[in-house]
Amino acid sequence: MNSMNEKKKISRRTLLGGAAATAAIAVQHAFGKWVQRPAVISQPADPTKVQGPPPGALGTRSPFEQLRKTTSETSSRTPLQSLYGAITPSDLHFERHHGGVPAIDPEKHELLIHGMVDKPMVFTLRDLKRFPSFSRICFLECSGNFRGNRPTLTPQDICGLTSQSEWTGVLLSTLLRETGLRPKASWFLAEGGDAAVMTRSIPLKKGLEDGLIAYAQNGEALRPQHGYPFRLFLPGWEGNTSVKWLRRLELSDQPFMTREETSKYTEGIKDGKIRQFSFDMDARSIITFPAYPQVVEKGWIEIRGLAWSGRGKIIQVEISTDAGKSWYTARLQEPVLDKAHTAFRYLWYWNGENTEIMSRVTDETGYLQPTMRQLVEARGSSMGGYHLNPITAWVIKKDGTVLFRPEERK
Amino acid sequence: MRANIRMLVPVLLAAACRQAPQNTHQAVPYEQISVPPADNGRWPQRFGWGRAATGEDIRAKDIDVRPDGKGLPPGSGNVAGGRGVYAQKCAACHGTDHTSGAYGRLFPHAVPDSSKGEKLIGNYWPYATTLYDYINRAMPFNQPGSLSREEVYSVTAYLLHMNGLWAEKAVLDQYNLPGVQMPARERFVPDNRSGGPEIK
Repeated sequence: MNSMNEKKKISRRTLLGGAAATAAIAVQHAFGKWVQRPAVISQPADPTKVQGPPPGALGTRSPFEQLRKTTSETSSRTPLQSLYGAITPSDLHFERHHGGVPAIDPEKHELLIHGMVDKPMVFTLRDLKRFPSFSRICFLECSGNFRGNRPTLTPQDICGLTSQSEWTGVLLSTLLRETGLRPKASWFLAEGGDAAVMTRSIPLKKGLEDGLIAYAQNGEALRPQHGYPFRLFLPGWEGNTSVKWLRRLELSDQPFMTREETSKYTEGIKDGKIRQFSFDMDARSIITFPAYPQVVEKGWIEIRGLAWSGRGKIIQVEISTDAGKSWYTARLQEPVLDKAHTAFRYLWYWNGENTEIMSRVTDETGYLQPTMRQLVEARGSSMGGYHLNPITAWVIKKDGTVLFRPEERK
Repeated sequence: MRANIRMLVPVLLAAACRQAPQNTHQAVPYEQISVPPADNGRWPQRFGWGRAATGEDIRAKDIDVRPDGKGLPPGSGNVAGGRGVYAQKCAACHGTDHTSGAYGRLFPHAVPDSSKGEKLIGNYWPYATTLYDYINRAMPFNQPGSLSREEVYSVTAYLLHMNGLWAEKAVLDQYNLPGVQMPARERFVPDNRSGGPEIK
């Protein structure tokens, strides 16, 4: 044991002795722009001339890849423009909490199911893992996922409150077969074990269709930021309903009208009305390359982005490179999954002139992603900030700079 | 069994269009709970894992309050008491007048100003019971869940009073709280989006 440690120390020292450096290094920001970031990097002049470190107990990112969420007091946003494919690394999955991240010992945490059931029951994490397991790949998006107030916004700024994971757990229907249901049960309250003891009322029909009690994400146990030791997961529905750190489900014949579903996750529409229980996330797409702050060169550009719908599969993404005058079909990356982020690509030759590029998605219900103007027309000029999924346009200037195009919400 | 649920969907949707918000989602009979296909086709009626919940399990966690008052504990409070609790435990975040409150302003303007678009208790909250439920479970921010029943009833009475919805001298309790008529109640409508070509 001692000799092993000694050997490790020596090899590390040797390695570090080569060319350890503390410096401002240039890291590539997505596909284009290089930015200066401070970093400590052990970089041999020629990696083929020194032994590298031995296999480790835990993998790490290359120090040249500086991926970060942007944070506020209540949320942190996924760097959509810096990711590839359709899965979000768990440590870059967006966060939105209402009472911070609770520190929960799984041995002291239980799920209580009661109310309009035949037999009120308590399940531990160990119990949940014994039941038949179920996995699916789905996006999770906050319904307040839109920002559009200035040209210098990245995809992360505009809609970084969406991420995608493979979720694994036990179907809620499996647990409700254990408890039984009273005939009048039609809603349930889902309650978290955080400092907000956050609650949402969920129609039982959704819970039975595809509700999941998830205990794993992308192959490992949920992280604390995503609901450890288990959470509710409702595919395609606004993120707030997928209650994290789940501690209780109460079956009822009516909704509970909690704070989140009355004063918060509701939106003003026309005639002074307020839309409530707007659960489904409508279809949306965004070009993540090229996008601010990238700078592009004249010539071939592969336009890339993500598209998704909370109502099923997407069936088409169209691209316009002339400010919406004409549209062309983008190529979708298989597999195209139900209620999942899907990557799209479109090869374009940019002639170097000023223009605007944008994407729009159609889902299997026939819903075509609207413009901001269409949303305002449908909901009125005092529409709320939830469930905004407008077509996002990027202005490309002659010098290659790319800027978001803000739009009036009135 | 899944097919049965699918057949029910049009019926449920048709019913949803005619109902008030709280009744848009109908009961699903227990017999209709779909069973995911097991790899070998076998699936017992019940696995029997987990344990029966005791009364104590439920009492320890069942803190929710419904609009009909179910869940409200016996107790009472008043505006004067709430004013004191508010000044001590709420004002730092929620302000002392209509211009202050860094973490959620609660004081309405003396003259309602709808142009501000602010969501306040008096112009946006549809049920008074939600105040009790939320204050009790999550407030104050630095000591969540620490208020006594009387403090929660009193702060609720005070907030309603500030919005012109509760008299200075009236006692608020588990019987009269569900009956408070909230001005925004009639503004709430169920989600009318349903996919398809129409933008809503």
